[in-house]
Amino acid sequence: MPDTHAISLPKQSLSLPRARQALAGRAMPDLRKLRRFLSPVVLVLLWQAASSLGLISPRTLASPATVILSGWELLLSGELPHHLMVSLSRVVTGLAIGLALGTGFALVAGLSRLGEEVVDAPLQMLRTLPFLALVPLFILWFGIGETPKIALVALGTTFPIYLTLFAGIRGVDPKLVEAGKMFGLDRRGLVRHVILPGALPSALVGLRYALGTAWLSLVIAEQINATSGIGFLINDARDFLRTDIIVVGLVVYALLGLGADALVRALERRALAWRPNLLKG
Amino acid sequence: MSKTSSRDVVIEGLTRRFGENTVLHDLDLVLEPGSFTALLGRSGSGKTTLLRTLAGLDPAPADARLTLPAAVAAAFQEPRLLPWKKVWQNVAIGLPAAGAQERAERALAEVGLSHRREAWPATLSGGEAQRAALARALVREPQLLLLDEPFAALDALTRIRMHALVLDLWRAHNPTTLIVTHDVDEAILLADRVVVLDQGRIAADIAVEMPRPRSHGEPAFATLRRRLLSELGVEDDVLRHAA
Repeated sequence: MPDTHAISLPKQSLSLPRARQALAGRAMPDLRKLRRFLSPVVLVLLWQAASSLGLISPRTLASPATVILSGWELLLSGELPHHLMVSLSRVVTGLAIGLALGTGFALVAGLSRLGEEVVDAPLQMLRTLPFLALVPLFILWFGIGETPKIALVALGTTFPIYLTLFAGIRGVDPKLVEAGKMFGLDRRGLVRHVILPGALPSALVGLRYALGTAWLSLVIAEQINATSGIGFLINDARDFLRTDIIVVGLVVYALLGLGADALVRALERRALAWRPNLLKG
Repeated sequence: MSKTSSRDVVIEGLTRRFGENTVLHDLDLVLEPGSFTALLGRSGSGKTTLLRTLAGLDPAPADARLTLPAAVAAAFQEPRLLPWKKVWQNVAIGLPAAGAQERAERALAEVGLSHRREAWPATLSGGEAQRAALARALVREPQLLLLDEPFAALDALTRIRMHALVLDLWRAHNPTTLIVTHDVDEAILLADRVVVLDQGRIAADIAVEMPRPRSHGEPAFATLRRRLLSELGVEDDVLRHAA
């Protein structure tokens, strides 16, 4: 039985137009790709079966079917889009501030010795502090409105951007800088044509890391006295034992994270098209 | 250091020290305008230091008198192309924006690399990358062209083609050319004059009077080769051993 199953799959995938162009050898990776999706699907089916048989109480965890249904209702009622937009705007604003701060600090520290001495030491010290531990202070400073939430995201994203861009600037091949000087680039030209493009791969790793931190900060920030946002949706659901809505919130967080990651990867493919490993792929 | 509108290259009393180590000893050297000179020496003889000083990459000491033309360009052993710029953009780097692309493309055509002008440097072969580096030096219309072992990392067949290309370009544009090399054959094949540098001093200064194209087979080639090798401290018995 398992054998006939395995044989029927490549035939199916070969009927797809893209696979038809591919060599026969390409059928194997396609099969493997399908297999990767198999185990999550089985897990969800098992979860559904356990819920339907009453093995998992809805108070512990709602069934997948209920989650999908609740998600759909929240979507139609406009409740989910509303909270989603609030969360998104917090992340985008915080990230924009973090990006600007991290990039600014990294440029100052990376492009001048004096800048490094002034900027690097305090930032390296602050970096060792788990930034989420600042939540109590942030509440005292900024109250419980939007400001502490955005500030937390901004703080969490500043460091990865700063560290990777700074390291990237310092890691640029000095021979290329020398060549740039030799061929008539002035300081501004060197920064624009040699140093920043050379630091970009490292900075994009930082951006990806920063996006991860941004969602994490958002989750924590939305636990404090939020009246809207995905975090509020989850907390509110907790009070009413609505595990289905909690799971919807978690799925939305996960999808947002995935989407952000895909965005950065697309950006990398475009901005780093010159890299040898991307050229081969 | 004085930069003049003339094409003269005059070096007088150039001494370079790195700590205790004196790399160049009170060096005097004059390059005839339009001449092709090879600077030969073992590693550590100071040849790269001299070239870097001429290229303006290392500051010239205050007591040295250097006369250099205004337009100096160099190509190095590693092509040093910016990996994030396409080939033609690498050639055009630092040029005034107006007409830069056109000039770059003309230079690329001259080195036989037009078909790769839109390529990323990472996709070039060693020979292609070195051609691009030559085009980048050439596009600046240098009066002094400095070549720092530009073919050392290339395979033997590619090197032969590059030698021919360099000679063609030199004939067409006639910049004063100084090539640093440790390859005796390369020096004899290319240059009018071979200067041997040993421990920061000029150990020999020999004119090469063979007509071009030169070949390894000529008796004059072998005689000169033996002489230069002996200047570099490689004697006949060592050569016989190696053979």
